[in-house]
Amino acid sequence: MPQNIVALSSIGRTPRSGGNKPVTCGTAAGPDDLPQAVWEKIRDHPCYSEDAHHYFARMHVAVAPACNIQCHYCNRKYDCSNESRPGVVSEKLTPEQALQKVMAVAAEVPQLSVVGVAGPGDALAHADETFRTFELVNKALPHLKLCLSTNGLALPDHVERIAAMGIDHVTITINTVDPKIGARIHPWIFFRHRRWEGAEAARILHERQMEGLEALTGRGVLVKVNSVLIPGINDEHLADVNAAVCARGAFLHNIMPLISDPAHGTHFGLTGQRGPTPDELRATQDRLGGGAKLMRHCRQCRADAVGLLGEDRGADFTLAKLNAAKPYDPRRREIYLSVVERERSDRQKAKELAQMALAVPETPVLVAVATKGGGRINLHFGHATEFQIYEVDPRGARFIGHRRTEKYCDDGHGRADNWDAIVRALDGVSAVLCAKIGERPRERLAAAGITATDQYAFEYIEASAITWYSSRLQSGERAASA
Amino acid sequence: MAFKIVAKNCTGCGACEFECPNKAIKESGGVFAINDKKCTECAGFFDTPQCAAACPIPNTCVQAF
Repeated sequence: MPQNIVALSSIGRTPRSGGNKPVTCGTAAGPDDLPQAVWEKIRDHPCYSEDAHHYFARMHVAVAPACNIQCHYCNRKYDCSNESRPGVVSEKLTPEQALQKVMAVAAEVPQLSVVGVAGPGDALAHADETFRTFELVNKALPHLKLCLSTNGLALPDHVERIAAMGIDHVTITINTVDPKIGARIHPWIFFRHRRWEGAEAARILHERQMEGLEALTGRGVLVKVNSVLIPGINDEHLADVNAAVCARGAFLHNIMPLISDPAHGTHFGLTGQRGPTPDELRATQDRLGGGAKLMRHCRQCRADAVGLLGEDRGADFTLAKLNAAKPYDPRRREIYLSVVERERSDRQKAKELAQMALAVPETPVLVAVATKGGGRINLHFGHATEFQIYEVDPRGARFIGHRRTEKYCDDGHGRADNWDAIVRALDGVSAVLCAKIGERPRERLAAAGITATDQYAFEYIEASAITWYSSRLQSGERAASA
Repeated sequence: MAFKIVAKNCTGCGACEFECPNKAIKESGGVFAINDKKCTECAGFFDTPQCAAACPIPNTCVQAF
């Protein structure tokens, strides 16, 4: 089994009698500031709910290769299977092939809850393929949620069909609400049988985005807005974007860092436009925290990604491998769902108990967690390709983002050459909580001022982070009074 | 009068095929090609050739001769 998969056995490892208690809503288990009806829609959607991303998987089917706008951060000609960024895809699919792939993934991955069309072009540029795919999937596996991602240019033409098909999650990428800024991000659009350039193109795109957003939210479709944070171009302006999309009913705003590398062949990559540092990204997210609820767990995945958000099993489900797929068995999924119900409720209770023990005011610290999903600390330090970062203080432990890294371990051997990347990913972090860690990396982390512990192996993330924090406070107090 | 697609630039996205009013564009081996017997450079349909206006790669849908 590939290493980053959550096995059923690895998450319900403390089975209890008493059965499946429903998750209590209105607590921190669900977003506090979302209406109940919205929470019900997103509670199993990993891209829309931070809590769900610990438990549920998504898959993108690459049925939309063509795009109707050009973005300076995009170059679809380049594809590397190791690369995780939007717009990249290894294999285009017809709607029929997409269905075959969805069936194969559903049989193999009981966590699958969402099928999305996110490109590699625009899902609505040639919308028929996208809608045909959704029709086929909905007929075969009606429990799967459908979602699509678009730049919004064609959106107003398809609002009725989206609502009628029950596609209740739509993501619009809106980088700006100012055509002057837009012209620096989107050099041209193809609209109504002609190409438009510069500020005029950006103005049309902006107007169509606002029209589509308003029409969708007016019909009760949940809309998330993605904005690419581009330092020096729209960083100061994203507050205006946040206000504009909030006013039109967007329920989630996702600020994503620009991925810029000359090797990708994008205009920004080739002209030296840099992406934001983790600190700049977080500062922008913190500044916008008061508006539409911000999303911090986005992994900017490929248009053919498969699996939990931190992983991509796309390579396990290429067309060539689909014929060997086993049939879909709904019982496996039902078992998984009942485990998740219990886990969510237990995890929440553990967090509340740990929190009650804390009362002293203290400055927050950052804790990095090695996890392969399920909301537990269940990954070896040396196997982590990303760390989930939690901010911990006496008010509790909050997920604030993830940081990618290189694996420390390669076939059981420490990779000294990856150490710099690991230390960079752990910048500002006080502790690493993982399932296991070797003596050598533990000492090296200690030398960098970072405590690493496997004391909380396989326990729930938040409760462990709070317990670690509280024991640190107590030992600090003892040291101070000695 | 016809357009052609420079195969080494083509990303295979199919934007051109969808826009072509003459159904002159077909995929072959992951890239697209224009049938010059069907192509009219969109005369009578649009002001500019649609394949070139929709194509994401510069200098890829170009005049054949």
